[in-house]
Amino acid sequence: MSKMHVKLTVNGKEVEGLAEPRTLLIHFLREDLKITGPHIGCETSHCGACTVDIDGKSVKSCTTFVAQVNGADITTVEGLTNDDGSLGVLQEMFREHHGLQCGFCTPGMITRAHRLLQENPNPTEEEIRFGMAGNLCRCTGYQNIVKAISASAEMLNAQKEAAE
Amino acid sequence: MNEQTMTPGERAANLKGMGSSRKRVEDVRFTQGKGNYVDDIKLDGMLFGAFVRSPYAHARVVNVNKEAALAVPGVVAVLTAEDLAPLGLHWMPTLAGDKQMVLADGKVLFQGQEVAYVVAENRYIAADAAELVEVDYEELPVLTDPFEALKSDVVLREDLAGQTEGAHGPRKHHNHIFTWEQGDKDATEAVLGEADVVAEEMVYYHRTHPCPLETCGCVASMDKVTGKLTLYGTFQAPHAIRTVVSLISGLAEHNIRVISPDIGGGFGNKVGAYAGYVCSVVASIVTGQPVKWVENRMENLMSTAFARDYWMQGKIAATKDGKITGLWCHTTADHGGFDACADPTKFPAGFMNICTGSYDIPTAYLAVDGVYTNKAPGGVAYRCSFRVTEAAYFIERMIEVLAIKLNMDAAELRRINFIRKDQFPYQSALGWEYDSGDYHTAWDKALKAVDYEGLRAEQAQRIEDFKAGRTRKLLGVGLTHFTEIVGAGPVKNCDILGLGMFDSCEIRIHPTGSAIARLGTISQGQGHATTFAQIIASEIGLPADDITLEEGDTDTAPYGLGTYGSRSTPVAGAATAMAARKIRAKAQMIAAYLLEVHDDDVEWDVDRFSVKGAPERFKTMKEIAFAAYNQAIPGLEPGLEAVSYYDPPNMTYPFGAYICVMEIDVDTGEWEVRQFYALDDCGTRINPMIIEGQVHGGVTEALAIAMGQEIAYDEMGNVKTGTLMDFFLPTAWETPNYTTDHTVTPSPHHPIGAKGVGESPNVGGVPAFSNAVHDAFRPFGLVQSHMPHDHWRIWKIANGLGMHG
Repeated sequence: MSKMHVKLTVNGKEVEGLAEPRTLLIHFLREDLKITGPHIGCETSHCGACTVDIDGKSVKSCTTFVAQVNGADITTVEGLTNDDGSLGVLQEMFREHHGLQCGFCTPGMITRAHRLLQENPNPTEEEIRFGMAGNLCRCTGYQNIVKAISASAEMLNAQKEAAE
Repeated sequence: MNEQTMTPGERAANLKGMGSSRKRVEDVRFTQGKGNYVDDIKLDGMLFGAFVRSPYAHARVVNVNKEAALAVPGVVAVLTAEDLAPLGLHWMPTLAGDKQMVLADGKVLFQGQEVAYVVAENRYIAADAAELVEVDYEELPVLTDPFEALKSDVVLREDLAGQTEGAHGPRKHHNHIFTWEQGDKDATEAVLGEADVVAEEMVYYHRTHPCPLETCGCVASMDKVTGKLTLYGTFQAPHAIRTVVSLISGLAEHNIRVISPDIGGGFGNKVGAYAGYVCSVVASIVTGQPVKWVENRMENLMSTAFARDYWMQGKIAATKDGKITGLWCHTTADHGGFDACADPTKFPAGFMNICTGSYDIPTAYLAVDGVYTNKAPGGVAYRCSFRVTEAAYFIERMIEVLAIKLNMDAAELRRINFIRKDQFPYQSALGWEYDSGDYHTAWDKALKAVDYEGLRAEQAQRIEDFKAGRTRKLLGVGLTHFTEIVGAGPVKNCDILGLGMFDSCEIRIHPTGSAIARLGTISQGQGHATTFAQIIASEIGLPADDITLEEGDTDTAPYGLGTYGSRSTPVAGAATAMAARKIRAKAQMIAAYLLEVHDDDVEWDVDRFSVKGAPERFKTMKEIAFAAYNQAIPGLEPGLEAVSYYDPPNMTYPFGAYICVMEIDVDTGEWEVRQFYALDDCGTRINPMIIEGQVHGGVTEALAIAMGQEIAYDEMGNVKTGTLMDFFLPTAWETPNYTTDHTVTPSPHHPIGAKGVGESPNVGGVPAFSNAVHDAFRPFGLVQSHMPHDHWRIWKIANGLGMHG
């Protein structure tokens, strides 16, 4: 099958490669770019383990062709670590509040939560639960994920206030 | 502060040992997407395997034509049973003493069964080519009902024709697998015959699936130069997999290295050996290249390891004031096309004989008949010890049914029948010795915590309001007191494929006072790297942060039977404590030498040995560690390490009291969990944060199972719930918050008194949710209704009770 040229910005870096028109974004990220944070859990858009951020929206990369997002700016969980290598706020709060167990859903969860907090910096518990409903977790029962996101919101807001 | 001035309490806190809610060391990797799961593994020249699967539940395979598939550029091989037969690998042994086709040998027995295995340069080509393999099928009559299967002339397992003896005794019919009996049949029937009251009910625990978020998969890599096979995979029992691979492939065991990398949830799904593993190994041997196989979600739900599917006919006898006198249970167990249940060899129905639960029932009888049908094989312990969830659901429903018959409060009925604290160790009528328990204390604490009396008053008012037309919502109070049996198990009666179910830990202390420990288990999210280091920290006084924990590599870890059935803490946790104690014993001798006193004149003090009566004279564990490597101590070998293989003297018996308060809309069948209270007694608590997390997750899986999750088949044997669209996994939106609580009744035979907790919430949660549904409708005449209680089924209950006018 003939391949097409693809150019993306992933976690702040420009990358390019060749991909078949049918290549799914999740496979391009994982196989070609070796960005293995996003996982494959269902291949039908239900579980959200493959969630990445594309041009400011949460997208399930298991049902997106890389060809559809040519030129896009993509953030994966790897891009949410601080520049000095320390854990980002969401990563730290997931750890602090035991918001993960097997870790398989976690990259998608954190990436989605990152966008949720951009969309709504002060979410209620109900808004967090609704906003995260596209991401499945089999281990935690969500209670500590909700806590982690809530705590992240507080911390991010406090950081913002301090900066202002 | 220094080592001289810190109080023992401060020194203990520094260790982050047992009892500390230590943050997980695993999370630094996982939160950054730096886990290493099977599908993350990439090896040079790696090929990808994909299955051709049967669309039919029962059919002859007349012909398989590979030509078109082999013609696709990038396809390396297409394997069928014919290719595997010369190697003797077209069938494989199951964990239950049966055998199972690796690739269809003349016929298929369930939809989704593996027929051919395509090996190609990448997953896209493999999927393309799998579509092009032409298989001619001749359909056969389908049996999806185990009761029908036992009457039918249709022979499912033609390979067993004429065999009247199976792995577990006589077979009564060509679709029958085994009968397993426990307890005293005659005595129980006599008790039933003489009882004041007998309640009888069929309790069905539907077929479901563990469905971890990561599906099953492996990478097989045969090095033709060294003759060594490395097999990475989603294995809950890596050492057992190595032995199995050796036995079925003929490769010497020392030439096989099995590695379980990070595992994205297991819940029992990743215990068994699957066709994908065998085909990938063969393909790698044949091609000389690494071969990866990762199933997709539909394959996972259709073909690898289902759970439950038990039809449990029960009779429970009692005096008129509610004292239970006998329990009778006959279970018809639907095992699918092959008996691939994951149970200890001597227990073909697992520990179903824990079905007397938390109650002092003097006489009991259990019989289980295993049956072949045209469904997927499996029968794994989905977040429970072997069949314990079925047993707990059965007894907790039977108690409710008896309460209805006696017109008694179900909480009170439980209370008057609990095994009393002074009866432990308690010998049950079905053969177990319960090690410890204090059920009355837990029960009273739970009822008080939820204001049980208040809830019943509110419920009475609600019923009045409903009858007066003021509300359309009912209130259900779901009660459960469960007793688990975990930590399999004593080698004298527990083995899998002949491998005794001990477990192991090896600890090496480095000269500078840090350490590495390796275990025979493998974490799938339980946080072993965090908690086992805490056990060691408390036992030998080195900080948990200075202890690395490693599992899952059979070349480095000591042999163990793996992680399932809540056995890691009861068995490997005990091995960890015992290995640590060996180190401490040697450290005591080193300390005495350094302090120039007799061994008996030093005593352990948190992180050091000090001279009795002179605590200012001491050697810390860190100092002792260095001395072990630089001092020539008479009579002692250098170094400081130990290994322990722990054969538990008994199972452990965690228990708990769960209460669910549920609102149910009779017109829509919608439910809402208003409150869920979970009290767990898992003995000594190693890391309360992790225990709480395990409870949250387990109760959520219970919520899924009780309220909607099932593997459903139509009459043609088609799987109706093969994607996450149809197979219910709760989201954050449906999932309630839980209140967790605990009592602590340490196990008397476990070195640190721990009992295991990962599976309790699933075992206790399912009956709590189901009982809440039943309780809501009890005043309107409901006695028993089968799970899952989805909106449609709840609506049907209401409709059947005439509540829709």
